[in-house]
Amino acid sequence: MTPPVPSGSWPRAPWVRRLRLPTQPLARHLVLALCGAAILYAVTSSLSPYNDFEVGEIALYVIALAGLSLLTGLNGQISLGHGAFMAVGAYSAALLMTHTHLNLLIELVAAIGAAGLLGLVIGIPATRLKGPYLAGMTLLLALALPPIADKWSTTFGGDQGLTTTVPSAPGSINPEEWLAWIQIVGALITLVLLANLLRSRYGRSFRAVRDDEIAASLAGIHVARTKVIAFVISAACAGLAGAFLGLSTGVVNTGEFPLTLSIQLLAAMVLGGTGTLMGMWWGAVLLVYLPQWSTSLSGDFNLGSGASAYLATIIFGVVLIVVMIAAPTGIQGGLRWAWRRVWSLRSGPGDGTPTVSRHPA
Amino acid sequence: MSLFVNVTLNGLANGMIFAALALALVLIFRATRIVNFAQGAMGMMTTFIASSLLGRGVGYWWAFLAVLVIGFVLGALVERVLIRPLQGKSELNPVIVTIGLLVVLEGLAGTIYGNSSRGFPAAYSQSGLTVGHTKIAFSHFDVFILVAVLVLMTGTLVLFRATSLGLRMRASAFAGEISRLLGVRVGVLLTLGWALAGVAGSLSGLLVAPTSSFGPYFMDLVLVYAFTAAVIGGLESPVGALIGGLITGLSISYVGGYLGSGLQPLGALVLLMVALMARPEGIFARPPARRV
Amino acid sequence: MLEIQGLSVSYGAVDALKSVTLSARPGAITAILGANGAGKTTLLRTISGLVKPRAGAVRFDGDELLGRAAEDIARLGVSHVPEGRGVIAELTVEDNLRLATLWCMGRRERQKAIEATFELFPRLSGFRRRHASTLSGGERQMLVLGRALISRPRLLLLDEPSLGLAPLVTAQLMALLRDHTQGTDLTVVLVEQNARSALSVSQDAVVLNLGEVVMSDEAAVIAADSGLRHHYLGF
Repeated sequence: MTPPVPSGSWPRAPWVRRLRLPTQPLARHLVLALCGAAILYAVTSSLSPYNDFEVGEIALYVIALAGLSLLTGLNGQISLGHGAFMAVGAYSAALLMTHTHLNLLIELVAAIGAAGLLGLVIGIPATRLKGPYLAGMTLLLALALPPIADKWSTTFGGDQGLTTTVPSAPGSINPEEWLAWIQIVGALITLVLLANLLRSRYGRSFRAVRDDEIAASLAGIHVARTKVIAFVISAACAGLAGAFLGLSTGVVNTGEFPLTLSIQLLAAMVLGGTGTLMGMWWGAVLLVYLPQWSTSLSGDFNLGSGASAYLATIIFGVVLIVVMIAAPTGIQGGLRWAWRRVWSLRSGPGDGTPTVSRHPA
Repeated sequence: MSLFVNVTLNGLANGMIFAALALALVLIFRATRIVNFAQGAMGMMTTFIASSLLGRGVGYWWAFLAVLVIGFVLGALVERVLIRPLQGKSELNPVIVTIGLLVVLEGLAGTIYGNSSRGFPAAYSQSGLTVGHTKIAFSHFDVFILVAVLVLMTGTLVLFRATSLGLRMRASAFAGEISRLLGVRVGVLLTLGWALAGVAGSLSGLLVAPTSSFGPYFMDLVLVYAFTAAVIGGLESPVGALIGGLITGLSISYVGGYLGSGLQPLGALVLLMVALMARPEGIFARPPARRV
Repeated sequence: MLEIQGLSVSYGAVDALKSVTLSARPGAITAILGANGAGKTTLLRTISGLVKPRAGAVRFDGDELLGRAAEDIARLGVSHVPEGRGVIAELTVEDNLRLATLWCMGRRERQKAIEATFELFPRLSGFRRRHASTLSGGERQMLVLGRALISRPRLLLLDEPSLGLAPLVTAQLMALLRDHTQGTDLTVVLVEQNARSALSVSQDAVVLNLGEVVMSDEAAVIAADSGLRHHYLGF
């Protein structure tokens, strides 16, 4: 199966080489993550609490989107139900918070584990499915999970949902900034781990399976296992993101995980650039700010208060369609292309990659 | 016992509706190898149009007919504008585009018609028929559902089996390139397949709306049930869609009747997973033809 | 009369045909010969509109074929039998035949044409309602040939009809082809890797190598050129 979009190599723009970053992937990704952390620290400490809250939301969506990007862009599987994995993560963490007094870290690990487990259950039949079948199954998953929480409302809190508590911030840091920090650190750790994973043997087998399952199995790759691993990792990322979402909103209820969430995740991933990790920041910004923009936009057009949510939905749908038809590499792909253009213009002819001759011998 | 009978009857009526939408998915899948995830939303949109027409005093049957025609045109339009440009690309692209169309249509319906669910009239009485002295959970409207879907199924079978247009449609679905070499206008027939699917989708919307909370999302679950039905039936054959629809309708009805309606989607998920695990290849691939 | 001028086709960076010029006359079989990858199949696919060329012209009886859709070219009387026996396996034998007549015949004429085809290939008449997938290789070849001839084409493009057939069946098919061409205005272009059997039945021949025309002459002349035969045709 061919991927929906060509996926380029990992962030290895020429400037990376010029700055003489460590050549070891792990070390390089860590250095980049620390730089990112420093920038984000500077940003969050200068922002208002509400903006900190938004930055934290961006970070949590990056986690979910990165997992989805890995699944679709690098392993060729599609999920229309990632909102369900987020719900599992959110409810798992919230249940632990309600009934126990554990450390946040343990609660997050539990959220990751629970979502990963569901990923395993869904991922095993998924290994035998081609695109549209998997899409339909995950779509059904997104619709099937939330009613369960309503059915056992004493456990899951019914319409009210479960409340979550953010551990109190040390010192004089305000709680929004503290939460944003937890989420940012979570996102950066996730990105570093995923970036390393993709540089590893596993990453290469993900891509090999995506490009041609038969060839991959002939090359000694266990295709089914590779696909299940990709699905579990992707679901686990969504679980962590869901737990973080629960922390941000303060409550976990089924209304937070409608089908549209899953579809918005897909749209954000596609827009950011399927198969990239850094492109997911663009997608996450869209997820956080688009609802606000559409509210103000629908105000401008006097569309009434109910319409703003729908306007955001319409925009997400249009993004999906337009990107797929016109620009399948998304924003990150476009930026890479532009960057390469600029670079090749500056370095002049003869320095670019040689044109590959594909004449038969 | 009476619960069992009523749940069965209810499952039968629902199963017929799922079969209609499953038929729409089948018509498109066999022609273009695409699952149209927007099929339910297209039916939702046309049902809202019907609702508007009824609100303006148009008679029920005229609105019914008009909406089937609109479904036909909408199906053709979607194929030409959104699906044609994706030809030759990865199979994930049409999935994503039809999902995009799904949310665009839901957003549009929400913007235009508002969120609050409104009622939609049924063609016939929805109160249960009386057999002997007991009232059963099967109404005049359920009879109409049965008849309407059977007419649709029969019409499709006659078209495919007994007309030269159907021969051309089957040939283009099975072997597009060879059909073109024999002078068949394959492109037009693919569009026609989408258009006919649009009719089936519109019909299912009109049949679901009276018994559901009719709003922008009322077809979401119907779509995934229909998808389950289509997959059980093999995604290739109209008869399979009918059988799959009935299996799905009955299973979901039993889950709802005995375990609670909240678990119905989960029941469908289990059914779908079992179906896919049981025949992972066979269910969606037509038996491979002997190539010599 | 089929006239091809300066036809060039590329798949990405690969040139499949490089400025190919040739012609084929009515009432004769023109064999296109050459090794694997010579561009023979591409040539036929370009004539019938399945492949868009980079440059060149393809004229048939004065009509320019390039730029037309494959189904429109078929409706000009061009019958292309693709490589690997293009039967539609899921349809019955009769439906395979019927499909080819839908654009050009009325109901009565169609029935006559189908009967005539079954007379031509009596073996097939027992299988009318059987799915084409149940036929043997030779029967499939009869079916595609019958299907190609049923619409009374003026140009017949055959791609490797002998592939995988027993020599005796091949000989029968070739004889039938010759009978159908001689003394009519049917133009036949026959692509074959089996150069020996193709030369035995054709009047003209064109040798392709790596997308270029190496030689084009009467079949007898090419068959007599042992150097050429040895170098390009492998016998």
